[in-house]
Amino acid sequence: MNYFPDEVVEHVFDFVTSHKDRNAISLVCKSWYKIERYSRQKVFIGNCYATNPERLLRRFPCLKSLTLKGKPHFADFNLVPHEWGGFVLPWIEALARSRVGLEELRLKRMVVTDESLELLSRSFVNFKSLVLVSCEGFTTDGLASIAANCRHLRDLDLQENEIDDHRGQWLSCFPDTCTTLVTLNFACLEGETNLVALERLVARSPNLKSLKLNRAVPLDALARLMSCAPQMVDLGVGSYENDPDSESYLKLQAAIKKCTLLRSLSGFLEAAPHCLSAFHPICHNLTSLNLSYAAEIHGSHLIKLIQHCKKLQRLWILDSIGDKGLEVVASTCKELQELRVFPSDLLGGGNTAVTEEGLVAISAGCPKLHSILYFCQQMTNAALVTVAKNCPNFIRFRLCILEPNKPDHVTSQPLDEGFGAIVKACKSLRRLSLSGLLTDQVFLYIGMYANQLEMLSIAFAGDTDKGMLYVLNGCKKMKKLEIRDSPFGDTALLADVSKYETMRSLWMSSCEVTLSGCKGLAEKAPWLNVEIINETDNNRMEENGHEGRQKVDKLYLYRTVVGTRMDAPPFVWIL
Amino acid sequence: MSYRLLSVDKEELDISPPGLKERNYLGLSDCSSVDSSTIHNRVQDGEKSNLNFKATELRLGLPESQSPERETDFGLLSPRTPDEKLLFPLLPSKDTAASATIGHKNVVSGNKRGFADTWDEFSSVKGSVRPGGGINMMLSPKIKDVPKSILEERSHAKGGSNNAPAAKAQVVGWPPIRSYRKNTMASSTSKNTDEVDGKPGLGALFVKVSMDGAPYLRKVDLRTYTCYQQLSSALEKMFSCFTLGQCGLHGAQGRERMSEIKLKDLLHGSEFVLTYEDKDGDWMLVGDVPWEIFTETCQKLKIMKGSDSIGLAPGAVEKSKNKDRV
Repeated sequence: MNYFPDEVVEHVFDFVTSHKDRNAISLVCKSWYKIERYSRQKVFIGNCYATNPERLLRRFPCLKSLTLKGKPHFADFNLVPHEWGGFVLPWIEALARSRVGLEELRLKRMVVTDESLELLSRSFVNFKSLVLVSCEGFTTDGLASIAANCRHLRDLDLQENEIDDHRGQWLSCFPDTCTTLVTLNFACLEGETNLVALERLVARSPNLKSLKLNRAVPLDALARLMSCAPQMVDLGVGSYENDPDSESYLKLQAAIKKCTLLRSLSGFLEAAPHCLSAFHPICHNLTSLNLSYAAEIHGSHLIKLIQHCKKLQRLWILDSIGDKGLEVVASTCKELQELRVFPSDLLGGGNTAVTEEGLVAISAGCPKLHSILYFCQQMTNAALVTVAKNCPNFIRFRLCILEPNKPDHVTSQPLDEGFGAIVKACKSLRRLSLSGLLTDQVFLYIGMYANQLEMLSIAFAGDTDKGMLYVLNGCKKMKKLEIRDSPFGDTALLADVSKYETMRSLWMSSCEVTLSGCKGLAEKAPWLNVEIINETDNNRMEENGHEGRQKVDKLYLYRTVVGTRMDAPPFVWIL
Repeated sequence: MSYRLLSVDKEELDISPPGLKERNYLGLSDCSSVDSSTIHNRVQDGEKSNLNFKATELRLGLPESQSPERETDFGLLSPRTPDEKLLFPLLPSKDTAASATIGHKNVVSGNKRGFADTWDEFSSVKGSVRPGGGINMMLSPKIKDVPKSILEERSHAKGGSNNAPAAKAQVVGWPPIRSYRKNTMASSTSKNTDEVDGKPGLGALFVKVSMDGAPYLRKVDLRTYTCYQQLSSALEKMFSCFTLGQCGLHGAQGRERMSEIKLKDLLHGSEFVLTYEDKDGDWMLVGDVPWEIFTETCQKLKIMKGSDSIGLAPGAVEKSKNKDRV
């Protein structure tokens, strides 16, 4: 029932920007579907193998911005072999052939080659924005093509990628006419940086708001850069080490004072802590502070810095801050929304830097907290119950107790009740990661209460298939379920095959699912890709005459409309 | 011949006294727990004998721990064909020392995770990752009985633990931290030798390891080794399945086609040499510089065929001739 001409409806749709909402619009009726698809400019594809470029282009011919995600999340932790897949080249090739006016490309966990970057840079005249997160497969040569060929480049944002640094001159490949840069993030590059080219680039980029330097940019260069970019909003400091000579340091102090728009600070890969005080004048404006790579900043220098940051909304920190430091955060940063506490000592030296007390302090002091990632050595149910009471607004709650299967350190009980309290209180919880000693009970709670839960990460938890079943049956909005080292098997896997159509993907590694279970699933659900990742020769699983009772080490299944992918390596067996 | 490879990123080579047990950690290839020299000898012995598979298979076990008994109904892993054996038994069945670890051994057998197996010698560092309680999760009906015994188990294991300073027992992919972060932190903290706290730092330095002919590359954490010997043994273990298996890759079901000659060559280890790419992008033979310098400059590792590396004299500079495997 359309009372309005299409153009009017389309104009209304322009105000609807979220992917979820636009997807919902397209389901209303054929007419809306048609209008929506021709007006859609931004498309998000959470699993690049769920569809293919041809279908994407058929449906959304006016595409301008594409976000693609490739490997499953556990690939971040080396659980997925490098060659598993997630290649972006076919996508870029198809987009190039179709002459769509691509302007933005955001990729996460994909394999990007120099060839893809070169093709990208040459195929889209209006290409503006490239964001690569946790990708791999390319070198600085690829970056050079982007720099050289994208005339209107606005964003080049490289976050935690593995880039082969050929120590070339990619920065000098930006033509002198390039003045449009808004974001330049190359913090993850390991090699030397052409400082002269960098300074000239920054000097001719009046719109540059976000600059994140790599380790190779020393303090005096930083001073110069900041002097010519006082409009900076987001700064990633590279190397901040060594005692700068007083002149450089004075210059830096002066430059920082001028950056009144600075809101976000990160980096400090190498830092001379006592130089931090240069940043104190602008700390009161900071809304985001990422010191999670700054191993050298702790103790009183860190505390002093934080005490100036009263408006902080996002804080990423190392656990060397300690419970006491977190108490300072709790009393200072009343606007805090997101906190991440990373472990600083992975050798398990037993330095109990942060405990449940720090978490409780934060929850008590920061009423706006909605996202947390917390690595710690120990936890108690009582603490989690308190946290749940203090912060019923959690959207993301990720707790990682470093030692698997560790119980409540006071009562020696499993942490079921603690996590149960979290899911019960936090009605908007969308993402949850569990750790510590957990029985099926926690999954009962999750199934009962976590109605909005979309992503759940399970490791070393549960007792029987019931645990997984509680989750599959209860969490209606589940999208991504990833499980490792937990005793869930075929019964749980096969209980409700249609559930997987409502989810993006399921990952199970080192669980109890067997080959025959997976085969059974694949037969019942042809619209799923059921992948067995087996780092020995897959054929062997077949030859073995044990009727498929052998356990599958890594199972990754996902819904797809395009069937089996053709680019799987030999050790991935798609049933 | 096969064993499933896990990323070696967190594994260590324990230079422990003999009495090391086989570790069966996530079912199969836990490369970390065995005296490397033991393996090497084993392989040599295999060659001298009549090259039947069993004798020549690379295993993590001590020579005493035989494999045939493994192929029972463990469920997880069964021998693929009569000729192929699992390299690593699910449990250290014959290993008497191992039985000290767990009274639950038999219960565990039905399940695949022998976490507690790994505890004995690894966990010298208090607070290190100790999934000894992993048994808890495996024994579903017995969940209530287990915890106490696990705690006892743990303290027992603690007492008998190996106190080698380099020991860290870590699960693959745990704690869940991106390698990027681990590497970055490692490079930062390695310069902090004068920290008052004396914290050891993050100790992770992942480099990619590729091998000619192998279908995929691995990553190793250089900080888990303290000398070339360890690195070399670890790599040998990691990639041996390729050396032995690659004959199979050429044929349809090529396992049977493996020729004796090729096997011998591969086992000799002379077929392949280990090279690395340094900070300047040059490929060098591994082993010429002191270990510490090596870890600081090594960007990538490659196991090249001996013939391809002829130009790489010790200390010589040569660009890699082989196709890039990144």
